[in-house]
Amino acid sequence: MNKNLRTRGIVIAIITIGCLVILFGPWNKQKGYARSASDFFSPSKLKQNLGENIRLGLDLKGGTHLVMQVQADEAITAMTNNNVQKGKDDLTKDGIKFTGVKAAAPGQIVVETPDTAEHDKIREKFFTFMPSDGWDYSTSGNSVTFKLTNRYANQIRKDATEQAKAIIEQRINQFGVAEPTVQLRGREEDHQILLQMPGVDNPDRVKDLLKTDARLEIRAANAQKFDTVEQANAALAGDTNKEVLPYREKKADGTSDTGFYIVDKLPVIDGSDLREARGIPNQQGFGFYVAFSLKPGGSEKFGTWTENNIGNYLAVVLNGEIRSVAVVRNKITDSGQIEGNFTQQQAEDLGLVLRSGALPAKITYIEERTVGPSLGADSIRQGIFASVVGLGLVILFMLFYYKMSGINAVVALALNLLILLAGLVLFSATLTLPGIAGVILLIGMAVDSNVLIFERIREELRAGKIVSSAVDTGFNKALVTIIDTHVTTIVSSAFLYIFGTGPVRGFAVTLTIGLLANLFTAVYVSRSMFMWVLSRGGRKSETISI
Amino acid sequence: MIEIFKSANYDFLGKKWFFIGLSWVLILAGLASVLYRSFDGKDHTNAFNMGVDFAGGTLATVKFRSAPDSNTLRQALEKQGVEGSKIIIQPVTDEIGQAPKNEILVRLPNEVKVERQQGQSETGAKALNDADIGKQKILAAISSFDDPSTNGKVDVNKIGSDKLKFELIEKAKLDQQSAEEAARAIVDYREKTRAGLIGDINEVKNINGVPPQIADSLGKDFFAGFASVKSAEAVSPQVGADLRNSAIVVTLVSCIAMLAFVAFRFKSWGFGIGAVIAVFHDVLVTLGIFSIMQWEINLTVVAALLTLVGYSMNDTIVIFDRIREMMRTKRREGLEKLSNEAINQTLSRTIITSGLTFLTVCAMLVFGGEVLKSFSWCLFIGILIGTYSSIYIASPFMLLWESWRATARTEKTVSQSRVASSVPGDNDSLTATSAGITPQMLAAAGISTSPRKLRKKGK
Repeated sequence: MNKNLRTRGIVIAIITIGCLVILFGPWNKQKGYARSASDFFSPSKLKQNLGENIRLGLDLKGGTHLVMQVQADEAITAMTNNNVQKGKDDLTKDGIKFTGVKAAAPGQIVVETPDTAEHDKIREKFFTFMPSDGWDYSTSGNSVTFKLTNRYANQIRKDATEQAKAIIEQRINQFGVAEPTVQLRGREEDHQILLQMPGVDNPDRVKDLLKTDARLEIRAANAQKFDTVEQANAALAGDTNKEVLPYREKKADGTSDTGFYIVDKLPVIDGSDLREARGIPNQQGFGFYVAFSLKPGGSEKFGTWTENNIGNYLAVVLNGEIRSVAVVRNKITDSGQIEGNFTQQQAEDLGLVLRSGALPAKITYIEERTVGPSLGADSIRQGIFASVVGLGLVILFMLFYYKMSGINAVVALALNLLILLAGLVLFSATLTLPGIAGVILLIGMAVDSNVLIFERIREELRAGKIVSSAVDTGFNKALVTIIDTHVTTIVSSAFLYIFGTGPVRGFAVTLTIGLLANLFTAVYVSRSMFMWVLSRGGRKSETISI
Repeated sequence: MIEIFKSANYDFLGKKWFFIGLSWVLILAGLASVLYRSFDGKDHTNAFNMGVDFAGGTLATVKFRSAPDSNTLRQALEKQGVEGSKIIIQPVTDEIGQAPKNEILVRLPNEVKVERQQGQSETGAKALNDADIGKQKILAAISSFDDPSTNGKVDVNKIGSDKLKFELIEKAKLDQQSAEEAARAIVDYREKTRAGLIGDINEVKNINGVPPQIADSLGKDFFAGFASVKSAEAVSPQVGADLRNSAIVVTLVSCIAMLAFVAFRFKSWGFGIGAVIAVFHDVLVTLGIFSIMQWEINLTVVAALLTLVGYSMNDTIVIFDRIREMMRTKRREGLEKLSNEAINQTLSRTIITSGLTFLTVCAMLVFGGEVLKSFSWCLFIGILIGTYSSIYIASPFMLLWESWRATARTEKTVSQSRVASSVPGDNDSLTATSAGITPQMLAAAGISTSPRKLRKKGK
């Protein structure tokens, strides 16, 4: 008996100390932090450690929770249009007869040809740059139709979402948000991305930054500037390789210039050729411009093109708008600039967005939750205060109703909360507002186990059993019930975790850890305390305060 | 020994039809409210008062220097093109012993336009604008409370630290590093010392970390606005529908899981069905009361509903466990009598546990603050209903199922026994089944009734 009791005492002591160490130890420090003995013993350091160890959710800490939807169908439209353009170019180049290539719908390309003998050649040509298992090929009369298969369309949408996620991740990291979380969210066909930024109190700038579409292109331009789009279109005279784009340049001296230019449809280089882009202050005047440099492949292309086009014009096009037009004076290999009178913020943001590449499709914000740190602090204070009041009432009742045995329950309860918090730290679970509510409710559940046991012991005493055997039987009988209730709740928490989202999930984690802790404290710790009390009285103990 | 019940012996199950009837009344009252409120044509009442989590829309906590009356605020919002009758304005109650908060909860209806193609599900629709459209309108509306002379200046109350950094570089001509430090210091001061709202721009000049040379610029280019948004939730309708569907699925799935688990543990569908009917009953009654009172249902309330499901289940299992235990010793008494005795024996435990949990929920309701309010109400009702249902709903339905099964089984056994000669020991199982206790349940309770097993033991 005594040996058994000692073992129990040691187990409980180890777990208690272990939990205290997990909870108050200096674990969550920055890299390179030198731990010293004072980290374990100075009260202020311990408090600081505790604050760092418990991960608070955004609703308590303050921060931004953003869900965005990638308009993935746009990726399909863009890809279809690219293939139409490429097909047209290739057919012309190889002298295959056709009268028209058009995108009949997103994911559907129709080629008209006067000669059915060309059908096979057209198919072969298109399938050199389009995957043949991704497009269904059919002919009717003189026309050839390529239709995107559903499977491939879904693949493209999925890729677009993944790519958007990678770009968002890159932009967020470069922006310097601390500990951001970027992940895909919901079902695959939803194309949603979740972004959480703790501590970002006002997400306006981040939001603008993420959405910014930055398609940078350098294209060959005609020298002449037109004042109206009609004039420009007239001069274009239906040339399918060129198009008219609006021109708006903000010069470094503060003046601006607008109009229209005729430019090539295909760019010489585009955003994917960029290696670096930065905001740089203008030499004269105010404001900033953006300087960029090119990757090796891009600079080769650009170098060759400029060498062959000295004296011709080139246009810097950003999102379909010409930002500047310049004459090529000599061979340019690896750098260029977007001139303008940007503010520092605009220039830095544009540089950042250009560096991360263009989004494959537009994104829309479909959910936004921001919590200011002061509100989170209010919630913590109120939640903790409510817990303390609730706990106090419970303790008072237990001591009043069960007398000395009530102390048992209180110790078990305290240990239960300690293990719960340590469990949260150990599994790096996040404590959220519903989580705090879950803690308050666990207090109720923990008390329930003790009440069950005590009532059982009382019943046995009433039935005339001697104290030690009443305690034994009481515990054994209550144990079955306690295990049944706890396991049922754990089973349902498991399903909450699997099928739930957000707060429901956090709630399930808190509940499960708490229930496991409760099983231990109610069954093992409380019983050991009874055993200890009884062993002190020796074999003769005939009364028990319950 | 202080005792609530010396020796409880109430006839709970004798009145089961009365209480089952009462529960129907509660459920039908809730249903009536749901139907009435869906068809009464009033805009401000709905079947359920769905929070922004499920209905879409915007919910913001706005802090004012001094709270305006709700009509002025409503008019300011109407000027931004929000339909006035659909705006909900609710002042946040002050905490005892704390400075007045001057905070107002503003809720706007959904302003996001959604494009839904034919055959597309509600959740698959495409949002045409960003979810924060409502938040922008609230920001614009509260800016109208500012003095017109502040036009064009930067409001230190409505700005994040990184945007403030750039404004300090542009306007106050600070260099990168000191601008960053100053912006941090100002936002920290606003959030930690001033609870989210700086009263006067002159306070900013004295903050530690703000360089003194920018005092002029602060007075000229910056100001402290009359109000700030402390928190905002903006949800597009299709996300709301998605969250709502997944909340329903999660509740159903976890109920089914519990049904299966309880049936498995007690080796009888009757116990599982009794427990799950009780749980459904609790959810229905609570939702009905939420509809009648028009309390808001949001994601936190769903967490509370799940908690009350857990509680009710806990209560029920304690009683069922006792019934199972008593079947070992007193199986000849009949299941109904046993159940009633079990309820009585666990009565003090039921009252103490529910009472204590109820106390903690009351503490939450009083001290837990605005955010936990609907959560606390849900549990407040849920604990009352859950305790009631584990006594008056779970056991009666378990009994109904078992006696229905027993009649079916007896008929079968009787018709069989006419053909086959009676086996010694068969009487035993017959009496047990007619009382509603099946051999499987007895086996679960550790009692063997099978004549074959008896014979084996005999060998």
